[in-house]
Amino acid sequence: MKVGVVVFPGSNCDHDTVHVLGEVCGQDVRLVWHKDSDLRDLDAVVLPGGFSYGDYLRTGAIARFSPVMKAVGEFARAGGPVLGICNGFQILQEAGLLPGAMLRNGGVKFLSQPVHVRVERTDTPVTAGIPAGRVLTMPIAHGEGNFYAEPEEIARLEGEGQVVFRYTTKDGRLDPAANVNGSTAAIAGVCNAARNVVGLMPHPERASEPELGSADGRQVFEALARVLSPAAR
Amino acid sequence: MPKARVYVTLKKSVFDPQGRTIHEALRSMGYEGVADVRQGKFFEVDLESMPAERARETVDEIARRVLANPVIESYRVEVEP
Repeated sequence: MKVGVVVFPGSNCDHDTVHVLGEVCGQDVRLVWHKDSDLRDLDAVVLPGGFSYGDYLRTGAIARFSPVMKAVGEFARAGGPVLGICNGFQILQEAGLLPGAMLRNGGVKFLSQPVHVRVERTDTPVTAGIPAGRVLTMPIAHGEGNFYAEPEEIARLEGEGQVVFRYTTKDGRLDPAANVNGSTAAIAGVCNAARNVVGLMPHPERASEPELGSADGRQVFEALARVLSPAAR
Repeated sequence: MPKARVYVTLKKSVFDPQGRTIHEALRSMGYEGVADVRQGKFFEVDLESMPAERARETVDEIARRVLANPVIESYRVEVEP
């Protein structure tokens, strides 16, 4: 399989993501410039974290009009796995490929700290094979990660099982103190209705080697590698 | 040359942490009479010469597609011929 990691002006987790997919997980991976629109050689696409276009207007609001996003939309609609991490998640929301929007963190401050997220669903390409309910420890680094959708939309997401990750305590309990950015329903990650597009705010690529304090994030990329392995297809 | 002004605000149902922080600061400064503050965005859009009707349609489309995110924000457009 081959994974593409999209580079927007202002992406800053692109090389970390390539490192983890390539060096740590042993996958074939390449960078995709945001002006490219040919994804035909790819089996999965990752939109990495960062501050695309300086977060001007709204996070992800300008990047979603990059030429590559038309191709990512077609790739997603054809069923291809797409993972958006942090700013990548925000771009996918702006593009209408994922539900909801990100508000400024409830406490207004930019938050850069480890958090615990519980895996709610294992029927997505980045959680397949991870035991349901497992708690992963990964860092967040965002000012706008406060997930918001109208109450009817939240009810629909819950009903359809589109909430993939939730902020919890280390032992997997919901707790307002663990929901550090004030997200509605403690939502840290969601998928689309077809379940092939997933976004999450924490950074698995920054927690994929024990030297970095946690290797939990590696499970997300390994799930993707398993789903795309020749044996699984 | 028509000029347009676009006001983008968070929907009433959406909590505005920045507005609340400003409100709290005002209270601590002694402005007791301030009931609430909501923060938004303001855009000035200068257009090439075009009929007022088309200017309004163009800016309305820009506001809907780009300047505002309909999930959390609403907008208002004013056009000056």
